Amino acid sequence: MTAHTGATPAQSLLSVRDLIVEIPTRRGVLRPVDGVSFEIQAGEILGVVGESGAGKSITGAAIIRLLERPARIAGGSVHLAGRRIDTLDSDSLRRVRGGQIGTVFQDPSTSLDPLQRIGDQLAETARLHLGVSRSNARERALQALIDVGIPGAAERLDAYPHEFSGGMRQRVVIALALIGEPDLVIADEPTTALDVSVQAQVLGLLKNLCRERGTGVMLITHDMGVIAETTDRVAVLYAGRVAEVGPTPAVLTDAAHPYTRGLMASTPNPIPGDKHQRRLQQIPGSMPGLLSVPTGCAFHPRCEHTMAICSQRRPPSVPVRSSDVGCWLHSEVPET
Amino acid sequence: MIAYIIRRVLQGSVVLAVVGFIAFAMFRFMGNPIENMLGQEATRLDRAALAERLGLNDPVPVQYVKFLGKAVQGDFGVSYRNGVPVAEMIVQRLPATLELAFVSAVLAVFFGIVLGVFTAIRRDGVLANIVMSTSLIGVSLPTFLIGVLLIWVFAVELGWLPSFGRGETANLFGWESGLVTASGLKSMILPAITLGLYQMTLVMRLVRSEMLEVLRTDYIRFARARGLSDRAVNFGHALKNTLVPVITIIGMQVGQIAAFAIVTETVFQWPGVGLLFINSIQFVDIPVMAAYLLLVGVLFVTINLIVDLLYAVVDPRLRVT
Amino acid sequence: MSKIATKATDVADGVAGTSMDTVELTPGIAARLGSIWSSDIVWSFRHSPVTIVAALVFTSLLLAAVFAPWISPYTPFDPASLNLMDGFTPPMSTGMGSGAMYWLGTDDQGRDVFSTILYGMRLSLFIGIAAVAFAAVVGVTLGLIAGYTGGWVDALIMRIADIQLTFPSIMVALLIFGIARGLTPPELRDQMAIWVLILSIGLSEWVQFARTVRGSAMVEVKKDYVQAARLLGRKPHHILRKHILPNVLGPVSVIATIYLALAIITEATLSFLGVGAPPTSPSLGTLISIGQDYLFSGEWWILLFPSLTLLALALSVNLLGDWLRDALNPKLQ
Repeated sequence: MTAHTGATPAQSLLSVRDLIVEIPTRRGVLRPVDGVSFEIQAGEILGVVGESGAGKSITGAAIIRLLERPARIAGGSVHLAGRRIDTLDSDSLRRVRGGQIGTVFQDPSTSLDPLQRIGDQLAETARLHLGVSRSNARERALQALIDVGIPGAAERLDAYPHEFSGGMRQRVVIALALIGEPDLVIADEPTTALDVSVQAQVLGLLKNLCRERGTGVMLITHDMGVIAETTDRVAVLYAGRVAEVGPTPAVLTDAAHPYTRGLMASTPNPIPGDKHQRRLQQIPGSMPGLLSVPTGCAFHPRCEHTMAICSQRRPPSVPVRSSDVGCWLHSEVPET
Repeated sequence: MIAYIIRRVLQGSVVLAVVGFIAFAMFRFMGNPIENMLGQEATRLDRAALAERLGLNDPVPVQYVKFLGKAVQGDFGVSYRNGVPVAEMIVQRLPATLELAFVSAVLAVFFGIVLGVFTAIRRDGVLANIVMSTSLIGVSLPTFLIGVLLIWVFAVELGWLPSFGRGETANLFGWESGLVTASGLKSMILPAITLGLYQMTLVMRLVRSEMLEVLRTDYIRFARARGLSDRAVNFGHALKNTLVPVITIIGMQVGQIAAFAIVTETVFQWPGVGLLFINSIQFVDIPVMAAYLLLVGVLFVTINLIVDLLYAVVDPRLRVT
Repeated sequence: MSKIATKATDVADGVAGTSMDTVELTPGIAARLGSIWSSDIVWSFRHSPVTIVAALVFTSLLLAAVFAPWISPYTPFDPASLNLMDGFTPPMSTGMGSGAMYWLGTDDQGRDVFSTILYGMRLSLFIGIAAVAFAAVVGVTLGLIAGYTGGWVDALIMRIADIQLTFPSIMVALLIFGIARGLTPPELRDQMAIWVLILSIGLSEWVQFARTVRGSAMVEVKKDYVQAARLLGRKPHHILRKHILPNVLGPVSVIATIYLALAIITEATLSFLGVGAPPTSPSLGTLISIGQDYLFSGEWWILLFPSLTLLALALSVNLLGDWLRDALNPKLQ
């Protein structure tokens, strides 16, 4: 199944296998994440894209087990650098969080403790994961602020979050995510809440810092432009399942899954430098709610290539050109 | 910051002026002060003289200003019931009420916060759920019933603690204190629990719901995502963020203690100003009622002012503006 | 109480969010109630055993109070039917004088405790419900006026509300009671006591109704259908009654439930303090106050049974209020 990454879980930085997240409600058990698998290699930037409700953020939260109750991991496995982390006890899990996996949330205005100086928040995290002394932690905090390009970093250590602008605050959040020297950063829509003018700066900063340090990134977004600019590979999620995962240029220009093709056709100029004016199209219908996920392939009611099998069996993930695709168009229909 | 304080002080003054006007209106227009002070057999001349002396012939606004002026100097007139200056009665009884309210407030705020934090952190714990269920009974139990039941158990059945009065008091620099004698302390226990319990339950439920809300915020999730321990998250980040918004309401709860002291003092025959006020209502002793109203007005405005200032001190977001 | 206040306002915002598209589409009260009793609420009721028990307890207490004259075995406030020799009969015993059976015993005057509780509860519930209804009428009216008119009228009403909120409601009730008592002629004081109680408790609780309704009214007034009704030349009172009032009934019912418990407790407290219901027509608070006098001499039943009744009443209403508030405000769960 993992033909193109060519790596076993032991070799990948992050390996997510058949991950299932369930939310019990009184109308039944919802599955916002339903059998998601993907890999991230060391230093690689993986984009995770999909409509809202496709399960992107919940997948990210499930990896560091930060699901909000009553959501829970109901199946699958998560390996980080060959070690299984979805079954860790809470002490070991805490060392993974912040130490091996840094996190950047969507909204910087709510990510920082409003009553604590940012220098203290940085130093607290540094001491926890690097085991450094109090004064050393403060130096690290200062360096972290300088690294993310906060002007006058030395004075700003003693500032409170509300004294920063949105873009500056997200830089502080990135500094907090990176200060524990993690191998992987999960960034959940890191620029969505920012002004358009600073989105590119913050994204560029995140990309450059991770490239310099060889940190892998799981970049969750709904913005195809961000995917095209930033990522090495991209996973397309639909209704809690991976529709297609492959190298970014291949997915953008030559998608194998009908949903991905529809997504590209509905996005204006996702490919940088592509001056070719296209007519925008839209996919008929909308993504199903979690209470009414169609049988078989979740996309089949909206798909223009629907076959009989599509409504009966879930398609397996198979290698197509340089990607892995979950679609009956590309696999052999079993005889039954 | 300065502007903020000035605005707060001005708002407080407006409240006090309104309260003062109500007190004045009661004092001036309810019943007939002259009848009340002279009785039936006074002559017309006596009445006219007293009316002149009391300033009842002045225009009403002048009377109001004079009334406020006297009140500021501590002159609240004379009780209709026993002819003693009201200020004297209040000064004599104030220490009892203040000591009771203070001890109860400390109990209520301390245990309220501790239990609120505990029930929020151990949200699904058995003990926390027991505490929460008990607290609902606590909220539904009127203060006076708590007092009566405590008397029944600890004074009547067990005979451990006194059921009424302050016990012995000692004079500390002109302050009659019940907190320095053994019998005074023993007498304090039941009334203080009675008065504090209801407020403690409210503080606890308030702290719990606020803390649960804080624990759901992004910065708490982010703190967990940074790998902080439960302890660091709960006590390093969540607790402070919980307490800042509840300071206001806890402050008001402390104010409520002064109000409910009326009830507790009646149950335990505690010789404080609350008991004085209840008696004044029963006997329609208007000068005492008016004075008590002013006293409480000053108390509440002061508490609100302190709370507002405290808020500005602990919340850096307010400090800048 | 102010936390309850903010919660109630949240509810108000939630419920008032439903909008109407056309002027003709006037929502009936029944339809409005229908939307309040949506499946979510019924579901949360069915799945909360505590709430079901509370509803059962409250319903039986309410029925017992309403039918007190038919249920109670004795007529405790008719001096002719009392036998002083029956005084202080313990529970489950027969009286020394008449030989009649008293399940919950008798008090000092030989009045059957069970019967006095039924009548006392009847009075407590009547005062509580009437006071909340009065508070709701005053609060909703002032809130509608403030929210609809705006300007200095709004500012004045809300400033009064703010000042009153500075003081605890029981103190406001005591004060209004004292003033009203001062204004009633002495010979009428006992007779008027119950109405004075309703007035003072009602006036001490109007603020929250007014604040909530004002908030909803301000939201509704800005909506197109109200503006259209205005342009069509509808009179303000018509717009308020037909369009805005139905939108605020949901939150008002939550506040009313929560405040009913508060009103019952306030009434009991005032009566206990001796400034409420007179001893000739005692409420639960008066009965408890009488019972306290006999604690030291060992007649515990005179105190215990009225206390338990008051607790059951206040607790069941509080539980129902809590449930209603949570059910209408999923954010809190």
